[in-house]
Amino acid sequence: MAPDIVFANATTELAEYEQAGGYSALAKARAMTPAAVTEELVTSELRGRGGAFFPAGRKWSFVPSKEQLPKPHYLVVNADESEPGSFKDNEILSRVPHRFIEGCLITAHAIDCENVFVYIRGEYSGPYEILVGALEELKDRPEIRGDVTIVVHRGAGAYICGEETALLESLEGKRGQPRSKPPFPAVSGLYASPTVVNNVETITTVPPVIAMGGAEYAKLGVPNTRGSRVVSVSGNVVNGGNFEIDAGTSLREIIYDLAGGIPDGRALKAVVPGGSSTVILTADEIDVGYDFDSLAALHTAMGSAGIVVLDDRCCIVQLGVRFSEFYEHESCGKCTPCREGTRWLTAILRKLEDGRATQGDLDLMLDVCDRINGKCLCPLGDSDAIIVASYVAKFREEFQAHIDQGGCPFGGSSSLDHVIAPVAMHTHSPVTQVPA
Amino acid sequence: MSSLYERIQEERAKYPADAESAVLPALRLAQEEHGWLSPDTLREVANALDETPAYVKSIASFYDQFHLAPVGEHLVEVCTNVSCAVVGAQQVVEAFEGELGCRCGETSADGKVTLRAVECLGGCGWATIVAVDHHYRTHVSAGDVPAIVEELRGA
Repeated sequence: MAPDIVFANATTELAEYEQAGGYSALAKARAMTPAAVTEELVTSELRGRGGAFFPAGRKWSFVPSKEQLPKPHYLVVNADESEPGSFKDNEILSRVPHRFIEGCLITAHAIDCENVFVYIRGEYSGPYEILVGALEELKDRPEIRGDVTIVVHRGAGAYICGEETALLESLEGKRGQPRSKPPFPAVSGLYASPTVVNNVETITTVPPVIAMGGAEYAKLGVPNTRGSRVVSVSGNVVNGGNFEIDAGTSLREIIYDLAGGIPDGRALKAVVPGGSSTVILTADEIDVGYDFDSLAALHTAMGSAGIVVLDDRCCIVQLGVRFSEFYEHESCGKCTPCREGTRWLTAILRKLEDGRATQGDLDLMLDVCDRINGKCLCPLGDSDAIIVASYVAKFREEFQAHIDQGGCPFGGSSSLDHVIAPVAMHTHSPVTQVPA
Repeated sequence: MSSLYERIQEERAKYPADAESAVLPALRLAQEEHGWLSPDTLREVANALDETPAYVKSIASFYDQFHLAPVGEHLVEVCTNVSCAVVGAQQVVEAFEGELGCRCGETSADGKVTLRAVECLGGCGWATIVAVDHHYRTHVSAGDVPAIVEELRGA
């Protein structure tokens, strides 16, 4: 039985949400001390849903008290969902905006904060309008808002702003380039003040955790991955979409039972389990629980829960090209290994795909991966290096075939053949003639 | 309607700790008003923000959604990342190129529509995603393209 926690009684209307018990968790939390609310989160074992999977309660507990450090505290919600394959926060904000807002208000209480910023990616006009509409409904409800101000801040198209320190830079009106850590945001984040940065799904899970109690929530799921998880399933499946699952549900069940399996009688080839940045799984590896420990045993991760299903028409080298073009396009340019390395990976993969690569190029490519991985301020470049290396590790014979046959063995029939990527489009070059 | 300058001041007031946070909202307002961010517009934004034009341009050039060159009346953005691509995003792009008579990254000759390929729009399960004037159309296939173009040409 699939749990119904994040999406329960989905509504965008305040009246309907309250009728179904909405904002009662907020009242319950406000009757508790901030430390007790945080303790409840620690007990729930809720871990961050943005990708890093850090225990949410512990993150809150790192914020120094105002006696220790006399500065305002900030809550910044990361709604910059841009990881290829992930679209859960889009639907959460669109369908349960009030549960999300209630989560913001409870968290604000727990960390003693009066200013909440929701950084939402600029492309999400639909969810933005719904969220602003929901906040509008609270204008006449000071008892719900309390002394908390929620500002919805729109991004403007930059994947890197999903990295928390780049997000903070962007929110401060700068280019979205990651900061070196430490200091961590809990001590010195937005405006150099203590800041908690949480993902949309994490925040939206807070009200149900408070309502049912941390101990009750921790009974769901499996050890190390408690509660429910919203997974985004896309690619070659019959029913793409978001599904709320019990953590630990098998990947096979998610693909075949929830998403309806592979269409057109095709065979499964590979699965990207947690967004583009995660190590690929072969068709033989999907009998695995969708939880932290089970996926870690296969050296991969839940990431931001974007499950991309690929059938046997997909050329793995082309997959590498397209994802690498993405990282190249989105590299902020601050760290040399990422800025130059992602471009090199794309170039070598392209050479392989076009049949111009020699045996040495494959070694060179893996060498470039090593020279990016672990050498940058943030995980963007690492992601490109890790996934490309995983494609070679698991589909080496396909890479070899590109070299041996002097071209793509799919001969133009791959599902990713000749896809135009923004990086090839020079997005900042003139798109029309500039008038004289 | 209040002037762009006044509306930018309203945005700045939302960030009492540091009004510099209003750079992105200010650029967005300016682009909504003028369609793109010309050097003159960037100067106008810089004035309203009490920043230098160079600083404001350094921000505008970092983010993908800001246009530093003129664009058409309407914007069609097709996601060509993997989840959309494996179900036919490239065919959608090519159908738009055919209907509009321009290449991806260009504007149709009548100045009506600019066509772009963009990175993941966050609607992967409802592929192919096409953002038409910033609002998502889901499950778009090449066959849907003529009607979308007709709608935009008429609008």
